[in-house]
Amino acid sequence: MTLARWLMLLASLAVAAFVAIAVGTITVPLSAVFDAFRGVTDSTPAMVVTTLRLPRVALAILIGAGLGMSGAALQGTMRNPLAEPYLLGVSGGAAVGAVIATTLGFGATIVPLAAFVGALTAVGAAFIVARAAGSLGDPRVLLMAGVVVGAFANAAIMVMLANAESNTVRNALWWMMGSVADATRTQITVLFVYVAAGGCALVLLGRQIDILALGEDAAAGLGVDVDRAMRNVFVVASLIAAATVAAAGLVGFVGLVVPHIVRAAGVRHHRSLVAGSAIVGGTLVVLADLLGRILRPPAELPLGAVTALVGVPFFLIKLRRLR
Amino acid sequence: MIRFDDVVVRYPRASVDALSGVSLEARRGALTAVVGPNGSGKSTLVRALIRRTALTRGGIFVDDKPVATMDGAELARTVAVVTQREELAFPVSVLEYVQLGRFPHLGAWHSAGERDRRAVEESIDAAGVRELRERRIDAISGGEWQRVRLARALAQGGSALVLDEPTTFLDVGHEMAVFELLHRLARAGQAVLLVSHQLNLVARFADHMVLFHHGSVSAAGTPDDVMRADVLERVYEWPLVVIRDPAVGAPALVPLRSR
Repeated sequence: MTLARWLMLLASLAVAAFVAIAVGTITVPLSAVFDAFRGVTDSTPAMVVTTLRLPRVALAILIGAGLGMSGAALQGTMRNPLAEPYLLGVSGGAAVGAVIATTLGFGATIVPLAAFVGALTAVGAAFIVARAAGSLGDPRVLLMAGVVVGAFANAAIMVMLANAESNTVRNALWWMMGSVADATRTQITVLFVYVAAGGCALVLLGRQIDILALGEDAAAGLGVDVDRAMRNVFVVASLIAAATVAAAGLVGFVGLVVPHIVRAAGVRHHRSLVAGSAIVGGTLVVLADLLGRILRPPAELPLGAVTALVGVPFFLIKLRRLR
Repeated sequence: MIRFDDVVVRYPRASVDALSGVSLEARRGALTAVVGPNGSGKSTLVRALIRRTALTRGGIFVDDKPVATMDGAELARTVAVVTQREELAFPVSVLEYVQLGRFPHLGAWHSAGERDRRAVEESIDAAGVRELRERRIDAISGGEWQRVRLARALAQGGSALVLDEPTTFLDVGHEMAVFELLHRLARAGQAVLLVSHQLNLVARFADHMVLFHHGSVSAAGTPDDVMRADVLERVYEWPLVVIRDPAVGAPALVPLRSR
């Protein structure tokens, strides 16, 4: 990809972020946005920017970046255009953790932790199932292991919610629909660490993913330690995904569709694909969150629903091209 | 040079050895062909070389160095392998695909240098795929695809080439082109190890033939040594005769009707 294209991607992310900071139930004049950036926060609009919009947009960027990178790496490694970050049981496990915490009456500090632990437990379980069934070096086995773990998690959620109070059910459902509305500084900092470190790791793994995308035997012939490389990608991608889920719940379709958008722009190498998916993913989630806020004010549409609504047309276009 | 020394491979939970004590050598400057019925262990031999399959016993050596002690990139810089199956989920251009052959020469951060670019261009010419350079992998024919895979293997810049049935799905012309290319590469000093079902072409082009049967070597030597009706009939369990091809002078197998 050319430098001009990279700059264009970054510019579109910046514009999206800027618009998302300025527009909403209260429209903030541009001068107030700049004031807020300069640290002048005594006006109400500037307060809105620093305490509400900025954290929200920052979290949205991180969620999109994390899911985009994770999806790009997993699709290449599994050689499956339908692979996505939640594949290995991340979503199911996180939901189980969150639902348990919600049912026990815990609030906003414990639920993300429970979701994170749940996600990692599920991924671990998927790995164990895959290892018992054959090897980690076969993406099909791991894929099926993820499906098994996910199905089990779904069943567990239904059992727990069947007899729960309606308030708990509502809270759990809201969590599952994903949201960046209540972004806190701690959430943003923690997620930033995961996304930045994980992103670097995936970019470093990018060349190996290019080779893994040829198939396991061909990759071994080119000198890649297939089992180890796959395990590394799965662990990093799942950690990033788990961190995003802990921070914002389930935001569907981003990890699936973003790598396809970047690929459609002519990016083939996974280093660039991972980096590009971070930027495009960030842009997409910022825009989806903005749409969710302004479509039916003052009510907010769930982020996960909007990302899917935005993602579906992209996928339809891609399907048309496949013919 | 690639040397298999008394190699035994038994897959987990299998009751018989996939390879039971195979010894063979692919020398530099020679085209060595491994033939044999389906399931006789030919592909296992290749998988054992690239360490996708653990050895139960024996050793594999590349230029007298045990493969088990080499790291993946070091092995890939010496021996290039074109495996039987390869499915790309996300198509790339022919040039980008051939460039992947330079992977074992690059570190995690180093990008391709002048040497890498030259190696890629040379192998594109050697495999005769220059006119396909900008085409996409999913937009070329099966014959072109095999030559492109060969170009990728050549880009690895090693001294040995291993190919697992590189002419499957190819028509006569393309098949001949691949065999001629492999022959040329062997003459240019490469150690070429070819797994093939095309007995008659192998008999014409190979310097050394190895016949596999039930995981062990049933016959080995020059094509004339191996292409014997009694030997082949027993291994392939099919009535056949071996004639001398009047046009090219090489032994040729003619399978007969079963009744």
